[in-house]
Amino acid sequence: MPAPTAHSLPRAIHWPATLDLAQSVSGLILALFMWFHMCFVSAILVSQDAAWIVARFFEGYFVFGRALPWLVSIFVAIISSLLAVHALLALRKFPADWAQYRAIAAHTHRMGHGDTLLWLVQVVTGFAMFFLAPVHLYTMMTRPELIGPFESADRVWSGFYWPLYLILLFMVEIHGGVGLYRLALKWGWLPAGDTRAGRRRLALVKWALTAFFLTLGLASLGAYIKLGQEHALQAGEPYVPTWLRVEPAQ
Amino acid sequence: MSRVLSISIFRHNPRDPASVPHMETHELAEAPGMTLFIALNRLRETVAPDLSFDFVCRAGVCGSCAMVINGRPGLACRTLTAALPEHISLHPLPGFALIADLSVDTGTWMRELAESLETWVHLAAEPDIDLLEAPMEPKLAEEIYELDRCIECGCCIAACGTAQMRPGFVGAVGLNKIARFRLDPADSRDDADYFELVGNDQGIFGCMSLMGCEDLCPKELPLQTQLAWLRRGMARQGLRGIFKKKDNE
Ligand code: SF4
Ligand code: SF4
Ligand code: FES
Repeated sequence: MPAPTAHSLPRAIHWPATLDLAQSVSGLILALFMWFHMCFVSAILVSQDAAWIVARFFEGYFVFGRALPWLVSIFVAIISSLLAVHALLALRKFPADWAQYRAIAAHTHRMGHGDTLLWLVQVVTGFAMFFLAPVHLYTMMTRPELIGPFESADRVWSGFYWPLYLILLFMVEIHGGVGLYRLALKWGWLPAGDTRAGRRRLALVKWALTAFFLTLGLASLGAYIKLGQEHALQAGEPYVPTWLRVEPAQ
Repeated sequence: MSRVLSISIFRHNPRDPASVPHMETHELAEAPGMTLFIALNRLRETVAPDLSFDFVCRAGVCGSCAMVINGRPGLACRTLTAALPEHISLHPLPGFALIADLSVDTGTWMRELAESLETWVHLAAEPDIDLLEAPMEPKLAEEIYELDRCIECGCCIAACGTAQMRPGFVGAVGLNKIARFRLDPADSRDDADYFELVGNDQGIFGCMSLMGCEDLCPKELPLQTQLAWLRRGMARQGLRGIFKKKDNE
């Protein structure tokens, strides 16, 4: 039988190209969003008022003059769908059965090769987030008004969310950092003409950013845990910014 | 410089029903400038007369001596024992049919790849051999030559997690060849044609950028650059295809 030629084959379907592109784009948006998210969360390190301002800002308080928490719900819904799309697309790249898992695990072990190992890290952190992220997202979507210095602190400590957030923090920062690094390699955006130098530089930037955001995240979570402990007895009481507080009548 | 190497070699002959895969360890006094090629020949001359392994050029040109050296694929003729620890383990390349011991059949695999990806120049018309060939920019000629240096050793397939997981994947060797013909102005195929060949999960969109190929290609081909270039081109072509389909409706 003569070998099939490009012309005797059925016309190629264009899905793999689109799906690959969609996985990259959704990953890029999610990773960048997570960095912004971390910056907003860390407002608690500035002051409780700063955290309150950031929370109300996203509820349109400074535009509409009152807080519209459903704005946050809509945004969370969008992020959740993006996450679902990204997870579904990523699933295509997962080992499909035990034999494939064995093959990649044995290969990774044998090669002792950094970038190959990082891929397995992506699979594991991605898989973990698939279960952990929805818990957080559901809370944010259904109770968006409970974002604020006391409200969040109570959720973290009295609501016992801190273990979840601690694990999520590591999963998200590692997965996002490695993902962005691989995106740059995949599509060829290297910070140098020479691949080797570009990769080294890229890896350096990646680890520096991951370390920075992990530190920021740990500090913020620590601040919320401390505040949550102090506020445990009054848990549930909402935060009122300093300038809106009415002094109790003497 | 008087190390005694201990070399563990994978032994198995699939055509011998009595053969059981096992590792066999031999000791060997290291000599100055010794490559794995020299070491294996010495073992065959002395203690293991029936040991199978492949060599032709002994100079990193033919690609037949690729094997897994301490877990990583490489060319035995180009690997100095001095660069390795005292204990050396040797396995046949994974992903290819085993002939015996360290010898694998990369030829059949590479031939099937060449046939399915049509890795030859597709001329627009029969050339007139009495005429001078159309000149090519030296820079472009060099770029094509750079990619033509692939010796089909199979290291990039053995080094690729994707290829190990998914046997239909054409790997860096296949994608690099497509990149080479895509550069070549003599080849009349366009991106729509190349998309038919590699615009899928067995081709460029199966690659997960694990960079095993880039790091372990013994000819140090610029594989990451080629893969990214091909991916950009094929993604563009894929989007074009979708919009064109919409237009036609
Ligand atoms: S691309 Fe490199 S590793 Fe792969 S077959 Fe060619 S020479 Fe060998
Ligand atoms: S970049 Fe990785 S997945 Fe892609 S061909 Fe090379 S080794 Fe395989
Ligand atoms: S013997 Fe030819 S490449 Fe090693």
